Amino acid sequence: MKKLSIICFSGDFDKTVAVLTMATGAAAVNYEVNLFFTFWGLNIIKSKKGRRFTGKGSLAKCFNFLQGGFENLPMSRLNFLGASPRMMTRLMQKRNVATCRELFKATIDLKVKLYACEMSMNILGTKKEDFIPEVKEVIGVPTFLELSSGGETLFI
Amino acid sequence: MTFVKTKLALEQLDAGARLEVLLVEGEPLENVPKSATQQGYRVLEIKNISEKIYKITIEK
Repeated sequence: MKKLSIICFSGDFDKTVAVLTMATGAAAVNYEVNLFFTFWGLNIIKSKKGRRFTGKGSLAKCFNFLQGGFENLPMSRLNFLGASPRMMTRLMQKRNVATCRELFKATIDLKVKLYACEMSMNILGTKKEDFIPEVKEVIGVPTFLELSSGGETLFI
Repeated sequence: MTFVKTKLALEQLDAGARLEVLLVEGEPLENVPKSATQQGYRVLEIKNISEKIYKITIEK
């Protein structure tokens, strides 16, 4: 079976759309797809909606609050204080292109494997319970290298 | 994404059931029948139904 593994680092709205488009496109043609969420990318898979003080310690809580979860992913350019992703979503709907939320649902439906980065979780003071239940496992680099071995790997 | 939606719809069907998909010409029309065939589904018909819109029938 062909394999695609993506390191989801940025947590930006537009780059998340790119990750999910690649992931669903590959999964639909029977690739094994692994998504490894690390650092800012962990924000994509948080279970609680909106800005929440998750994590251990006041500084980690502030970082997690400011990131704000899936509904608050910022655009990598021209974010306009968070207005830009909403405008882009409206544009995607108008042009009949799958939105970020639709892509994420398709990712889950196609059983793409989701992994959270252990080291980043330690830094941000988050636990597996802070993420959606579809997150298969909390792993580190050695395990990711094993999982991605023999396939294509992207860093986004 | 067009094939992703097609694949998710096909997964809901029983073997032998048919799915009709409307596609615009260009990339979706080129890729959806090809990907469906590669995945082991049967493309029964590709029909032009209006300007730039095609209906394809796929059997699971």
